[in-house]
Amino acid sequence: MDMLGLLNLLDSTIRLSTPLLFAALAGLYSERSGVFDIGLEGKMLAAAFASAAVAALADSAFAGLAAGVGVAILFSLVHGLASITYRGNQIVSGVALNFIASGLTIILGAAWFGQGGNTPTLSANGRFLDIALPGADAVRDVPVLGFVYSGLLSGQNLLVYLAFLAVPFTWWVLYRTRFGLRLRAVGENPGAVDTAGISVTWLRYRAVIICGVLTGMAGTYLSIAQSAGFAREMTAGRGYIALAALIFANWKPVPVMLACLLFGFLDAASIRLQTTALPLIGQIPPQFVQALPYILTVILLAGFVGKSSPPKAGGVPYVKER
Amino acid sequence: MSRPYTKLPAWIDHGVLPLVNVVVAFLVAGLVVLAVGESPVEAARLMLRGAFGYGEGFGFTLYYTTNFILTGLAVAVAFHGGLFNIGGEGQAYVGGLGVALVALNFGSILPWWVNLPLAVVAAGAFGAAWAFLPGYLQAKRGSHVVITTIMFNFIASALMVYLLVGPLRPLGTMQPETRQFDPGGQLPKLGGLFESLGMSLGGAPLNVTFFVALLAALFVWVLIWRTRLGYEIRTLGFSPAAARYAGMKETRLVVTIMLISGALAGIMALNSVMGDQYRLQLNFPAGAGFVGIAVALMGRGHPLGILPAALLFGVLYQGGAELAFDMPTISRDMIVIIQGLVILFAGALENMLRPGVGRLYGFVRLPLTKPVPAEEAR
Repeated sequence: MDMLGLLNLLDSTIRLSTPLLFAALAGLYSERSGVFDIGLEGKMLAAAFASAAVAALADSAFAGLAAGVGVAILFSLVHGLASITYRGNQIVSGVALNFIASGLTIILGAAWFGQGGNTPTLSANGRFLDIALPGADAVRDVPVLGFVYSGLLSGQNLLVYLAFLAVPFTWWVLYRTRFGLRLRAVGENPGAVDTAGISVTWLRYRAVIICGVLTGMAGTYLSIAQSAGFAREMTAGRGYIALAALIFANWKPVPVMLACLLFGFLDAASIRLQTTALPLIGQIPPQFVQALPYILTVILLAGFVGKSSPPKAGGVPYVKER
Repeated sequence: MSRPYTKLPAWIDHGVLPLVNVVVAFLVAGLVVLAVGESPVEAARLMLRGAFGYGEGFGFTLYYTTNFILTGLAVAVAFHGGLFNIGGEGQAYVGGLGVALVALNFGSILPWWVNLPLAVVAAGAFGAAWAFLPGYLQAKRGSHVVITTIMFNFIASALMVYLLVGPLRPLGTMQPETRQFDPGGQLPKLGGLFESLGMSLGGAPLNVTFFVALLAALFVWVLIWRTRLGYEIRTLGFSPAAARYAGMKETRLVVTIMLISGALAGIMALNSVMGDQYRLQLNFPAGAGFVGIAVALMGRGHPLGILPAALLFGVLYQGGAELAFDMPTISRDMIVIIQGLVILFAGALENMLRPGVGRLYGFVRLPLTKPVPAEEAR
């Protein structure tokens, strides 16, 4: 593979990792607080639709972002209502939200825009376009630095930068702030947090709202940054891949980023593998490469790669009087 | 241990409450119909007419019902053991491989009534095999069965795409599907039976798998409530600690539950592969595995609840297709919303209406019976 081919592969790795990264970090906040969330897929989808619809109507990418985040928070609050307030089954709630988002986006899209569930193609104003970093052109010809800086770092859109900045920020929140300490504690031992006089309910709701904000960005990225409009079922299982990445990374921010980059790379590579044969191995079925993140996650869960240690109180509703 | 919510009589818990939840789900779905500018009452009328109004529609309704009985039972069996199997879709998909292998190999040499039991066994075995690993990993390694079954759904999908565009596709076609089965691999439709009752099913694909599904419902009832294994399953689901203390073999039990659940989901493949399409196609389960979750939740895991719940979703699927035809602004995806709302209200938010219904019950009951002191009531 030549230099340009490699650059293209790495560039699409970053682009394909971004929505996974947002969604996996979203899941990180929620699950670290003890609320399991398999509704990431649905929230992303709902946000992708809302942001594309509003961006098309208002002709503004930021209005679209606000709508996407708003709708994802709304979905998160329903999940919170079911799993925190009414102590329902969190898995069942997540499954339900995935269904509702899947149907609702198509029905409303078809009714409002009359294009079989798709939104109209967005103009430049309604999208997050690629940003050239300062000096990108100047260093283009410097051997390695120019390659990395002008080829990979520069020329991404705002949401890509936000996603990768969210990683150190999440690390800081989780391990260096009081909120983060309590968030981790409530996922491990809510009883202790309650005894300390801190509201388990409010902490978990805040975590769930942050989850909404981040899944909102993930969905917005898909529909108005990566593409120019919403297409039905456009998340295509990315919410589940993000969940897999979260487990793969053992619920830690920096490994989450690495797992998302790995899964993004597999995705980018599977497109190229359809046409090229690998040396020694020959032609790999592209379906195998697509299934690889799921297979790897199962192998990891089986404990063959490392030990996965989910938050101890995850999935268990907290009952105060005991 | 304190119960977070008051205990209600069984008939309210298993009858009234699910019904109220489903009604609420439908009311919210009605709001969605309003939002797209159609009349919910008219939509409901069209749906019911499409599902029951004529013979062919009714045949399609029962055809879909067959799918949902089987996947609903699959989810329910796992639920009784405290396991949440959301891999029904993948298990049904892989189960289709078992059906196809029987039909392709024996379709030309054996009659359908010999192939039917063979296909049931093969479909069940393939479905069970696909559920084995998630079950085993849950029991032995503690990896969450929900996550592994989700992963296995995607792996199943990739595997089947690979097989159908590659090894299983006959030479000379571009369609990702197997060749059509010979007559011995085709299950008879029930058109003749209904004709003798004076009803024409038209081209509806309702076939003998319907009876297989009813037998499966009977099997699950006997298994869960009338056998030792069923008792152990329910004990494990109620309290894993109690099951362990009673000396039940937890690992073996978990794997067994998942095998039975996977087999039931796998048998669903019989209905569309051998009963309707006569070939193995891409994505033939078409979400039936997921509908099973709603059906099992609505039916409270009991076959007597699952049968009407499956029928309701059969009505929704067939009626929804007619509705999409009559009201172009509403597509079949309306069903997906209703399904999600049923899962939300009957499953995740079931505690929301419980206090209200309980209060209402107390309000109605008090004038009729003498109040019992709280201590004695417990």
